[in-house]
Amino acid sequence: MFVKFVDIIVGSLLMGGIYALIAVGFSLQYGVARVLNVSHGEFLMLGAFAAWSLFTMAGINPVLSLVICAPVFFAIGFLIHRTLFKRLRICSESPAVFEGNSMLASFGLLFIIQNVALLVWGSPVRAYSYLAYPVSFLGTVFSANRIVTLIVSVLISIIFYLFLGRTRMGKAIRAAAQDPGAAELMGVSINEVLALCFGFGTMMAGLSGLLVSMTSVMVTPFMGMEYTLIAMIVVVLGGLGNIKGSFIGGFILGLVGTIVSYIQPGLSMVAYYFIFLLLLLIRPTGILAK
Amino acid sequence: MRILDVAGLRKYFGGLAATSDVAFHVDQGEIVGLIGPNGAGKTTLFNLISGAIKPDAGTIRFKETNIAGMKPYRICRAGIARTFQSVQLFSNMSVFHNVLVGSLFGATKQKAARFDMVGPSDLLELVGLAGMGDLRAMDLRLANQKRLEIARALATRPDLLLLDEVMAGLNPTEVAEAMHLVRRISGRGITIVMIEHVMKAIMSICSRVIVLHYGQKLAEGKPEEIARDKTVIEVYLGE
Amino acid sequence: MKHATKNVSFAAGLVAAALLLVALPQWASSYGVIFTTNILMYVIVTLSWVIFSGPTGYISLATSAFFGIGVYTAAVLSEDLPLPLMILIGGCISFCLAFLVGAITLRLRGMYFTMFTFALVQLINNFVHWYEVNITGTLGRVVASLESDTIYYTILVIFCLVVLVSYLIRRSRFGLALRSIGESEEAAAHAGVNVTLVKVAAFAIGAFFMGAVGAVMTMRWTYIDPPTAFDIRLSFMPLLMAIFGGMGQLYSPIIGSAIFAVLEEVLTTKFPYYYMLLFGGAMLLVILFMPHGIEGVIRKLGTARKRERVPGKT
Repeated sequence: MFVKFVDIIVGSLLMGGIYALIAVGFSLQYGVARVLNVSHGEFLMLGAFAAWSLFTMAGINPVLSLVICAPVFFAIGFLIHRTLFKRLRICSESPAVFEGNSMLASFGLLFIIQNVALLVWGSPVRAYSYLAYPVSFLGTVFSANRIVTLIVSVLISIIFYLFLGRTRMGKAIRAAAQDPGAAELMGVSINEVLALCFGFGTMMAGLSGLLVSMTSVMVTPFMGMEYTLIAMIVVVLGGLGNIKGSFIGGFILGLVGTIVSYIQPGLSMVAYYFIFLLLLLIRPTGILAK
Repeated sequence: MRILDVAGLRKYFGGLAATSDVAFHVDQGEIVGLIGPNGAGKTTLFNLISGAIKPDAGTIRFKETNIAGMKPYRICRAGIARTFQSVQLFSNMSVFHNVLVGSLFGATKQKAARFDMVGPSDLLELVGLAGMGDLRAMDLRLANQKRLEIARALATRPDLLLLDEVMAGLNPTEVAEAMHLVRRISGRGITIVMIEHVMKAIMSICSRVIVLHYGQKLAEGKPEEIARDKTVIEVYLGE
Repeated sequence: MKHATKNVSFAAGLVAAALLLVALPQWASSYGVIFTTNILMYVIVTLSWVIFSGPTGYISLATSAFFGIGVYTAAVLSEDLPLPLMILIGGCISFCLAFLVGAITLRLRGMYFTMFTFALVQLINNFVHWYEVNITGTLGRVVASLESDTIYYTILVIFCLVVLVSYLIRRSRFGLALRSIGESEEAAAHAGVNVTLVKVAAFAIGAFFMGAVGAVMTMRWTYIDPPTAFDIRLSFMPLLMAIFGGMGQLYSPIIGSAIFAVLEEVLTTKFPYYYMLLFGGAMLLVILFMPHGIEGVIRKLGTARKRERVPGKT
């Protein structure tokens, strides 16, 4: 019984850590840059494939890949915002129109990225094995790669949390998340902050994908959408624009998912949607919003 | 006869009390002014009465029925219409269609026959927009947009009309015309409660004035009394 | 005089097009019939989507869900029931689901509604998948098929119905209420419009046609499984097509979706490996440079021409 309990806790932390990362990324993009990025999960997919490629072709271990890929993904996101979404922001007549248009644009990105992935890697399911040996902990057995994933995701989260809290840019991001107008008045270059947030969002997605690939057996060009949805649900759970909330929400959802998987595997997504529905009905502002 | 009776009304936003134990009544046929500094909760009060938001406590009796918490469309059909502080028109629709929506959906058969035989075009004439039916609502200048909002509200055949700062942004001529229009509407038997900052209008049109401050009723009485009231003066001078 | 000849030639054009469509199986190749059937499917789905999302501005991404329900209804009942009944049932189930979902979620702000409709497709997809794996035991179904001519005529009938319903709604009080909601939901509610009911009704009516057309298209696919039936791309297509064509007039989405559907058909056959890439690129181009669709472009050209005709004036 205790074993099952520990299993669930660690499993939740693991899933939760990844969910939290991807949700924070999504939250940055929607909460600050106001882009409902439906292609968010595709960047996760790219991260997973990047890890696979680097590992199987160049023998680079995934943890090192994290360091390599982080700036790359950040740059990609930053550029996408600077070119595509900034232009949309200028052309749109109102914030509501911008939100609709940017969502549509992200659909276009979704198609493009998926197709590119299909062309480059093909549709067969990929997987690799790294640190797959068992480690004993509190009476249960986990594979080392899961422990590493957990540690890394928590580390990234802590680093980002400190960044948000202590650095000037981090504070600017938080201000922009609360009220874009006010941030602009404060003298923060709003365009820079938006592109930065978008870049961070992409980076989070890519890193999550790297972590997922370490523990998951299924890396396919179609794996992204599920994670986009999870990100959406977590962000609603934690409150839109509430970065801390997205973080905590990720762990809550991870817990739910792990428990449901124990009872009836394959229904965890369905459980998430019901939570989503309940949230939207009862507390659309999120259970963690003030 | 009391047409509106508000008691113990409370509304909180987060921890802040936007409306705190507000109680007052309005008699049929009156023109009541609602004044107070910015943020006093005047529009919140209108929102509570019209159904835009739900109160946390209290009752709002409109003609013997407690309408607190009812949906806006029901309250409209029951006989309360309103205008908005920042004009909410159907911008891309024609002036005529704006009014038509009100008469098709807000004016039920049970309502008072004071506007029988009066179609959208006649209402447009009443408010001073004769012949402008085909124009697009967004192309009107501000004063006319406000007139249109009033026409749409009247189209729902209300017994009680809530006017939210209808004179804001108008030049002196337009203010005078607006005052004239308000008197004409009152002359048709419609009870009016108006939020205003233009004191001249309040003093000359209203039979009674209610003062709100920090969500509470500060004072109530005839315009002259309110103008002399020390606490009211303090509140406004302190602004 | 000019207006009269314009109207006459417009009407004549419509009649000619109608005759061509009705007689299609006689003069076109069998590929032509299938091609036109697919085009009409996209047009129907787009028009159904526009019924609700056009005037209100609420972006629904649930299209695939309602379409897929029609697909599965037909797949499950295909052996037992005649086609018209299946179409009706497929449509009705979609209608009921839309009514339920709408009643629950249409009180939410626009973006939340959009997110939930997006999730709905995956929810149903996952659920059906789980159901088939764990309860029925078989993944996917084989469906009895019908001749393409029958399918074509059925689709044509549904097309006429959806055009008729769209037209009637536009001219009715219901359509006025819908437009007022799109302009200012708050003002509409305060003018006496039962906003929730109107939104839910329009949403459900659109869903009915999506389910109906899904039920028919099943008969062409012979094998269906959850990913085929609930393909999320079908949720984005009508959105894109409606934007491309414009939503101001009744004919705008018809033209827009027809053009885009032809594009899609051509791309999928000529570039099966690249078409999503090209499609995504096309989407980006449309959003960046044609935010008001063809309708917007035509309007801009119209005003430009008017300006030319009156020299000296701006």
